[in-house]
Amino acid sequence: MKLKRLVSTLIPALLLLAACAPAARPPAASGLTSTELNLYAWSEYVPQQLLDDFTAKYGVKVNYDTYSSNEEMLAKLQAGASGYDLVIPSDYMVAVMLKLGLLDPLNMTQIPNFGNIDRQFADQYYDPGNKYTVPYMWGTTALAYHKTNAPFEPKSWADLWDPAFENKLVLLDDSREVPGMALQVLGFDKNSTSADELEQAKHKLVELKPNILLFNSDDPETALITGEAWAGLMWNGNAALGHAEDENIMYICPEEGCGLWFDNLSMPKGAPHPDAAMAFINFMLEPAESILITGEFPYSNPNAAALEYLKTSDPDAYAVYMGFSATNPPPEFISKTTALKDVGDATTLYDQLWTNFKGE
Amino acid sequence: MSEKKLPIWLRAYGLAAYLYIYVPILILMVFSFNTMKLNIRWEGFTFRWYGVLFNDQQVILATRNTLIIAALSTLVATILGTMAALALHRYRFPGYNVSETVMYIPIVIPEVIMGISLLVLFVILKFQLGLLTIILAHIAFNIPFVALVVRARLHGYDNAIDEAAMDLGANELTTFRRVTLPTIMPGVLSGALLAFTLSLDDYVITYFTAGPGSTTLPLRVFSMVRFMVTPEVNALSTIWVVAVFLVLLAGQIAQSRRT
Repeated sequence: MKLKRLVSTLIPALLLLAACAPAARPPAASGLTSTELNLYAWSEYVPQQLLDDFTAKYGVKVNYDTYSSNEEMLAKLQAGASGYDLVIPSDYMVAVMLKLGLLDPLNMTQIPNFGNIDRQFADQYYDPGNKYTVPYMWGTTALAYHKTNAPFEPKSWADLWDPAFENKLVLLDDSREVPGMALQVLGFDKNSTSADELEQAKHKLVELKPNILLFNSDDPETALITGEAWAGLMWNGNAALGHAEDENIMYICPEEGCGLWFDNLSMPKGAPHPDAAMAFINFMLEPAESILITGEFPYSNPNAAALEYLKTSDPDAYAVYMGFSATNPPPEFISKTTALKDVGDATTLYDQLWTNFKGE
Repeated sequence: MSEKKLPIWLRAYGLAAYLYIYVPILILMVFSFNTMKLNIRWEGFTFRWYGVLFNDQQVILATRNTLIIAALSTLVATILGTMAALALHRYRFPGYNVSETVMYIPIVIPEVIMGISLLVLFVILKFQLGLLTIILAHIAFNIPFVALVVRARLHGYDNAIDEAAMDLGANELTTFRRVTLPTIMPGVLSGALLAFTLSLDDYVITYFTAGPGSTTLPLRVFSMVRFMVTPEVNALSTIWVVAVFLVLLAGQIAQSRRT
């Protein structure tokens, strides 16, 4: 009786221990003291091949945990969660995190490959001098439409308000991008903090309502491919996926302007394996590795050396990348982009606008 | 027992209800064999995605974690929940009403609040986030569910039976083992099954209390779906549905054999 009870308490306890104990790892090669790296990023954003190559070279096991939005990641880190070595926040989120003191500076001497980054993408407003971040992927947020399905080829955001697009628009489910679009149509700044301007933007959006088929931030291109929608606001990655499926899907920056985003590798405060983190960033900047990302995910790669490498290693893929505005926007496109900036206290105004607009 | 046959409209209605629930799942399962990556239209038949799934280290790790967490948290929560239910059923003590209400808070409270407050607690106590913290969190929200179900089962239970057993010479532990537990066992098992399901399913609380390397299946699938829904997710869902179906079927067969 006693033995049975002892055994039945030991087994769960042992299971618990087994579950929590770290697995034995071979000693790290290449002079690193850490044997593990805790990566916290968007899902489907870092190719498994890249992680495997990194482990093969440095003997460091990579734990790839995922989040599905910047805000989720911020909530967790702000509440005090630690243990992550690398996160990949977007531009405006870097500004927020720096203000909250959540990031540690990078040791740029350990990242000589930083020179591979195209100079126009370095030194952004949210991190002058790249002390805390290294660009990972970048892209745009603009207008995608189906050339043959759409009644006419839209050239501006205002075109989407045309009754010909009734019930045929797909928009991102985003409380900054959609109001930002309305602000730009009205001629205001996309990052406006004026309550009056936001009120006008809300009314403008309400006028658009009859044209909106659905809100979708996960796969807006699907609606364009199936023909359920004819145009919409989406990220370049989605447009590229759509274009690969159906060449009639085009992606332009409207007259009023469009969005620009950067995702960046950065190190949270108190990262347990900073040396492995630096090694990873440096490794990921190597042309052959960086191009793996472009091969799997159709975003724009800020690594100039990687694109040069692609020209010779896979000319067809290079042509596809360079040929479409979603992956390789021409200078006229880029000149009309505006990045989303942190609006501080006005964030509540945007939230209210969005909630009220969707509720009406 | 009524001799009447089931009227045709009732049969039709039942069939419609089943179809409404299961046809979407069936379509999901069929499309796990689709060759088209974006999975919008049916293009062709392939087992490819199952191959991708079995090679996906992240998913395998997540599945392992999910099962360990569910098993351990269900075990502990069932024991503690049953004890709580028995205590509330048998005894009256100062603070009874408060205890009862407080115990049911995790059922009512929004998961985000529970998740963040648990995270803050773990940070203050300097617990390293990982499988252990997730299990503790799951035990915390599972106990009231188990207690609720067991209490329902205890509702008609006459304490006199326990007293009779003890009058006949059984000590308390024997009474529990031989008299009380067998009677409330259906409730305990239902509670355990509920706790298991809730644990397998949980996203929000798990998200906040997970640490590096301790990702679970719901976390993994949710973020997979966020970016691109390939048929790999369908394949995962198909395997999951089939596995659960087989387990429940086995349970049903075992139960019908006993009666």
